[in-house]
Amino acid sequence: MNQWKNFSKGFIKENPVFVLLLGMCPTLGVTSSAINGLGMGLATTFVLLMSNIVVSLVKNLIPEKVRIPSFIVIIAAFVTIVQLAMQAYLPSLYKSLGLFIPLIVVNCIVLGRAEAFASKNTLVSSAIDGVGIGLGFSFALVLLGSIREILGSGKIFNITLYSENYVTLLFVLAPGAFIVLGYLIAIINRIKKN
Amino acid sequence: MNYLVIIIGAVLVNNIVLMQFLGICPFLGVSKRLSTAIGMTGAVAFVMVLATIVTYLIQKYVLDSLGLAFLQTIAFILVIASLVQLVEIILKKVSPALYQALGIFLPLITTNCAILGVAILTIQKEFNLLEGVVYAIANAVGFGLALVLFAGIREHLDLQDVPKGLKGTPIALITAGILAMAFMGFSGLV
Repeated sequence: MNQWKNFSKGFIKENPVFVLLLGMCPTLGVTSSAINGLGMGLATTFVLLMSNIVVSLVKNLIPEKVRIPSFIVIIAAFVTIVQLAMQAYLPSLYKSLGLFIPLIVVNCIVLGRAEAFASKNTLVSSAIDGVGIGLGFSFALVLLGSIREILGSGKIFNITLYSENYVTLLFVLAPGAFIVLGYLIAIINRIKKN
Repeated sequence: MNYLVIIIGAVLVNNIVLMQFLGICPFLGVSKRLSTAIGMTGAVAFVMVLATIVTYLIQKYVLDSLGLAFLQTIAFILVIASLVQLVEIILKKVSPALYQALGIFLPLITTNCAILGVAILTIQKEFNLLEGVVYAIANAVGFGLALVLFAGIREHLDLQDVPKGLKGTPIALITAGILAMAFMGFSGLV
């Protein structure tokens, strides 16, 4: 039960995007389509899971004072792995996510979980926490990406829903990201209050 | 001419915050008051130019010449993190007044993706060192422009009667969206 709570908190209650407002740059930058949002979400989930595992394993070996730089190096190593793997096996996704893949390093969610959770908890609960928060982040990205793709290009996951003559192009452009996220957060706030 | 294109492109057309979505955290976090927005801009400009120069030299003379280009992400973030520490220590000794003004913003800058973003973009766009410096300065100006504009709007927003559900972050994001729409008017300029 406890572990289930640990896993599921990332979806609504402690959702990194909608509630904690962390990791806003990739959230706004890559969600012009649902598939990009999913790719970014899963890449971040992998980094979160692996860095949480490693940090919880080495937490007693790292001196208190150099803890943050050590965490950053651990995270950067896994980001490089993701970057190289994606370049080799998913070149088109890598191209559309572009700069935001190396920027997972400075995503506050990853460092935040390492510092706030993995450096204090056991291996198993850190791994569960990483997957839970990562999937919550992916959920937020896919939701935002789907809404923008439906409104802005009349498609979802590249399946056409309605004619391109009726789309509002604004939503796949930069302003649409801010506006859709603004309304989504307002809706989530409303749900949480009830 | 080339430099003018870089400057206008980075400040207006591809504004780092509103068009490229880099540095959103400080954009939302410290834009509640105009004075903090200006302080943050100063700190970002300072570190951004320094970091671009140092990462450029590291890429050129260490990573490229040793064939270690795949270590770019790790090397750059380490350089930026230690640079921020160094700047903090030096400022504290040399100019306590400036340290007082920038103080609280400096540690936040390590995780500001605008710094790492501009460093990587300078390499990706294959600029030379001078072009890279111009590009970094222009991006810092663009960051400052967006931040100051947004802080000015938000100071007014506090006094307005916003619908209850939209108060706080949601209305700020929607305002940023409208601001981004205004910046779209510059597209096609270069």
